[in-house]
Amino acid sequence: MSARAVYVRGVGLHPFGRFDDKDVTRLGQHAVRAGLREAEVGRGGFQAAFCGTVYTGVAAGHKVLTSLGLSGAPIVNVEAGCASGGAALSLGVSQVASGECDTVLVFGMEKMPRGIIRSSFFPPWCEKAGLTPAPAYFALRARRLLQESGVTREHLARVSVKNHGNGVDNPFAMYRKPLTIDQVLASKMVCDPLTLFMLCSPNEGAACVVLGATPGPVGPPVRVLASVVRSHLPGSALGEHTPMAGRIADDPPSPTELAAREAFHKAAVGPADLDVVEVQDTDSGREILSIEELGLCDRADGGAFVADGIGERDGRLPVNPSGGLLSKGEPLGASALGQIVELTWQLRSAADRRQVEGARTALGHTVGRGANASVTILQR
Amino acid sequence: MAQVAIQPGLFTAPPQPRLLAGQCDGCRERHFPTADFCPYCSHDAISICEVGATGTLYLHTVVNSAPPGYDGPVPYGFGLVDLPEGLRVVTRLVAPDLAELRSGLPVRLVVEPLYRDDDGNDVLSWAYGPATKARR
Ligand SMILES: [Zn+2]
Repeated sequence: MSARAVYVRGVGLHPFGRFDDKDVTRLGQHAVRAGLREAEVGRGGFQAAFCGTVYTGVAAGHKVLTSLGLSGAPIVNVEAGCASGGAALSLGVSQVASGECDTVLVFGMEKMPRGIIRSSFFPPWCEKAGLTPAPAYFALRARRLLQESGVTREHLARVSVKNHGNGVDNPFAMYRKPLTIDQVLASKMVCDPLTLFMLCSPNEGAACVVLGATPGPVGPPVRVLASVVRSHLPGSALGEHTPMAGRIADDPPSPTELAAREAFHKAAVGPADLDVVEVQDTDSGREILSIEELGLCDRADGGAFVADGIGERDGRLPVNPSGGLLSKGEPLGASALGQIVELTWQLRSAADRRQVEGARTALGHTVGRGANASVTILQR
Repeated sequence: MAQVAIQPGLFTAPPQPRLLAGQCDGCRERHFPTADFCPYCSHDAISICEVGATGTLYLHTVVNSAPPGYDGPVPYGFGLVDLPEGLRVVTRLVAPDLAELRSGLPVRLVVEPLYRDDDGNDVLSWAYGPATKARR
């Protein structure tokens, strides 16, 4: 297959946080305008647009582009849970790689409902039976790490401390105060072993990535080596597709493992080639599990990865230098593309105080209920 | 006072309840709750079997505040229980002291009232609790 090279031509980001005075369309406009401006692409300069969003409703991406002047290009809204932005990106990448389009606009946006979010995912009786709380599922995965991966409660806290520390230097993050391990451990117990400061908050934001068959005007060229989405296999009771039961006997590869294998194969790089990564950290246990599933350490070595400080900003493989979802918050449709924006800045050496020196190859990862995982590999 | 199941087809009545699992007549894999199609091979001939009188606790946590739509007591235990029939089920956990929950604990199925609905019915749901405690 002779696919064309795909470049990140430009990026744009609206901060992640709470913005009561702006509707979701305005958040999207902000990111899209910033991305198109940097890419030096006009309103008729892209041949397709893909918009990742979950809670926004009918024709969400169309509203944003209508307000900016329609060009007649196809606009497709993409919902794939936490991987919505990654799914939108993979569709855009395939359009450029195949030669169907020379330039594609990809963006994601979200204004998460306030309070406890009721998902339409489960049948009503599951809610009534108490079987639906998301933090409880996160807690079971975290406890599995405690039992099988040498992870301690202090390791869980340390991940949160690291990401909040990184977020201090990210003007696009929601929480920009440093935390200590003691503060994280002493915060309210939500679902043992996860405390409040080990969990991310749903919030609002938007991100934009303009893809092209040629490099953009800003910085060294950044190529998309792979952009992959995978869903689950049946059988795992702890899978992100959150079934009510699975099999004891087998442990099928997770969506993240499936996506990572494919992405590394397509990109012809391996975990050892990576210089910086942004991974799903809905909770601090999720970050460690993501690291294991992506093959950034051996399975069951997640505790040692944290203890050795490998993912710290000055470690061998910095993880979530942006501050991750723990400090930025999680606007579902925008979170995966927010990672791509951060990694593009990292590869251009434009990440200010968050900069990972000399970063050349980067990976972004999201996964969520449904279940889909996205893995994107970038290189300069 | 009437008793109603939280959802038909999930479990048999106390005092010696069982979970009702589906078993595929094609690939023989079991699933829970029962479905019209096998989630492993999409075959449409499913037999119902009674499982899970006892099990072994695999993973657990404690839910401290009521999730949306849940009217039962808090805090409550939540986790995964391995059944001798090969299924690993998501379940509520009950114990006189939730702190005694630990992986590997032998557990027993109970079907008990979870909450009272708007019509005054006691709504029955299932849970697993320590097998060592005599329950009636
Ligand atoms: Zn079957």
